[in-house]
Amino acid sequence: MPSYLLDHLSALEHEAVHILREMAAERERPALLFSGGKDSIVLLRLAEKAFRPARFPFPIVHVDTGHNFAEAIEYRDRRVKELGERLIVASVEESIRKGRVVEEKGPRASRNRLQTTALLDCIEEHQFDACIGGGRRDEERARAKERIFSHRDEFGQWDPKNQRPELWSLYNARLRKGEHFRVFPISNWTELDVWMYVKREQLELPSIYFSHTREVFLRDGMLYAAADFIQRLPNETLTKEVVRFRTVGDMSCTGAVRSTASTIDEVIAEVAASRVTERGATRADDRFTEAAMEDRKKEGYF
Amino acid sequence: MSSSNELLAMQSGAELLRFSTCGSVDDGKSTLIGRLLYDTKSIFEDQLQHVEDVSRRRGDEYTNLALLTDGLRAEREQGITIDVAYRYFATPRRKFIIADTPGHVQYTRNMVTGASTANLAIVLIDARQGVVEQTRRHSLITSLLRIPHLVFAINKMDLVAWDEAVYRRIENDIRGLAARLDVRDLCFIPMSALHGDNVVNRSDKTPWYAGPPLLAHLESVFIASDYNLIDVRFPVQWVVRPQSPEYHDYRGYAGQVAGGVLRTGDEVVVLPSGITSKITKIETFDGPVDEAFPPMSVVVHLDSDVDVSRGDMICRPNNRPIVGQDLEAMICWMTDKPLQPRAKYALKHTTRNTRAMITGLQYRMDVNTGHRTEGVNELGLNDIGRISLRTMTPICYDEYRRNRTTGSFILVDEATNATVGAGMLLSEQR
Repeated sequence: MPSYLLDHLSALEHEAVHILREMAAERERPALLFSGGKDSIVLLRLAEKAFRPARFPFPIVHVDTGHNFAEAIEYRDRRVKELGERLIVASVEESIRKGRVVEEKGPRASRNRLQTTALLDCIEEHQFDACIGGGRRDEERARAKERIFSHRDEFGQWDPKNQRPELWSLYNARLRKGEHFRVFPISNWTELDVWMYVKREQLELPSIYFSHTREVFLRDGMLYAAADFIQRLPNETLTKEVVRFRTVGDMSCTGAVRSTASTIDEVIAEVAASRVTERGATRADDRFTEAAMEDRKKEGYF
Repeated sequence: MSSSNELLAMQSGAELLRFSTCGSVDDGKSTLIGRLLYDTKSIFEDQLQHVEDVSRRRGDEYTNLALLTDGLRAEREQGITIDVAYRYFATPRRKFIIADTPGHVQYTRNMVTGASTANLAIVLIDARQGVVEQTRRHSLITSLLRIPHLVFAINKMDLVAWDEAVYRRIENDIRGLAARLDVRDLCFIPMSALHGDNVVNRSDKTPWYAGPPLLAHLESVFIASDYNLIDVRFPVQWVVRPQSPEYHDYRGYAGQVAGGVLRTGDEVVVLPSGITSKITKIETFDGPVDEAFPPMSVVVHLDSDVDVSRGDMICRPNNRPIVGQDLEAMICWMTDKPLQPRAKYALKHTTRNTRAMITGLQYRMDVNTGHRTEGVNELGLNDIGRISLRTMTPICYDEYRRNRTTGSFILVDEATNATVGAGMLLSEQR
């Protein structure tokens, strides 16, 4: 008798496809949040699995801080064209121009927090009622408790103490006007699962995920990429290093790791042997306070 | 994570096991989870460093592994777990998802939530205390939720000098308890989570124990028959209809298989309409497949142009679910505002949304004793009871004990949209 048991990657994939279809069936105006990072690249593949040969029942939304890696933007435009889907760009530059947010000043200025306003404005403008995101529960402690259909109130805020219980695979997708959901189809995936899936599906990634030589400087124990818009402190000097990025975010808060891993297999081997979480290693935005992620999520961050 | 090479071997054939842990900090639950993560090298340096820093700042005398699982600010401040947290670790054989649920009485709803998706539950017992009220509550809930595999972790054996007699007495007490419950697969493991005995590594202190340590059991417990592979059930979730000339006549029914094995060529019936048809193709993005089984998400094509939509159920003509509007169920109540007879709620069952009215409340069950109190007027937060309800439209369902997917439903408050009840269907009609 054949064994009717899926391997773990397939089980995670089929769960994610179910979540995407459930969201499409129950919400009227969904959107897929795309960052150019590996998690959202996996989301695009999962959307193909869920909806092809039809088109996606949602547009792809990118919150562009204006401080993104050029490689990520180039990848975004190419991939969207290949898929033949619709792209909406929510621009932080524009939020600044309109006076919706004020740019931080100085060497530690980051547009990371400003993304929240651009995103919430975009959600309001297009009346999105469900935004698919690539968040994973293994990323951070506050995310470990987040629902797959995660409710946001009319201010876009998350209330961790008042979450709806999520039972079986029965998602409660009911909303009042002005509220929305963040939907996380890959909640149960780990960083290693994502890499193994990238390999299995032979997904192309932006080149910054792989080893390359880059001008960087050291700050707070992390390596940052040199860029025109990042001011350096007097003691921060540029050096050339062989690095790669484990996450892709705003350049002002995404650190590089020294690495010679230049293929998927080498990256998987490196991730498997890694002793530090990807956010702990490379994301300054999670390091401010003990509850940094929880605070930003409450405000409406991804 | 032993080594990267071993992990790479995982790529082919590793299975997924979801388990929940029941118990309180006092039973050593957080220590046990911390131990599993630590000994399988799944705790990263920055996570451990963080926990050590916070422990030191709070003046804890030891590295408080509970801080790994207590993710929310309020929990860390109050030193309690207020919600289900999900944790992940992997060995070369299996990937594990832990639903870490709090054990205190007021959090029955979280236990039920964590248990709803679990293949296996670990119930922690303090060897010094033996079977206590909480053990009965956890056993009853895991049995009610039909978790296929149950492990009783007799913890803190070091504090009873690894005395076999203590272990045997507890095992006997639990067997007595389990005889009255509906449990398929029982397992007992003497351990010390604090010292790591029989968690990941076999202990030399229990020569009288012939079974495996916990991790070996988690890696080998037989889960291939946890899904119902007998009764074909395919709730239609989404109709794929590309609006393009290339796929002019394309019409596929997408969904996740909820039971049985679907095969190309199978005669099927679509419920509730009763129209019969035949499966011409089972499709995935990666190409057609000959058969589909739970929990696969696939697209089914039928040979005739039948009217099928979301909420319909595809099954075999000679093996049909119950189709009805008058339901009997066990329900766990999850909100402050009590359940009352005659109240109306939104009901979600598989992919079908309808409304339901509570037509009867038979009894409330004491989760500590199993005792049934009849003649009650309402069910409060964390209460479990038996109810009758009538739905606005018929639903196609199975008894929960036969199929956890087609036998479960949730109730939603139509005013607040809160999920207020978790229901498990019974087959008896009133």
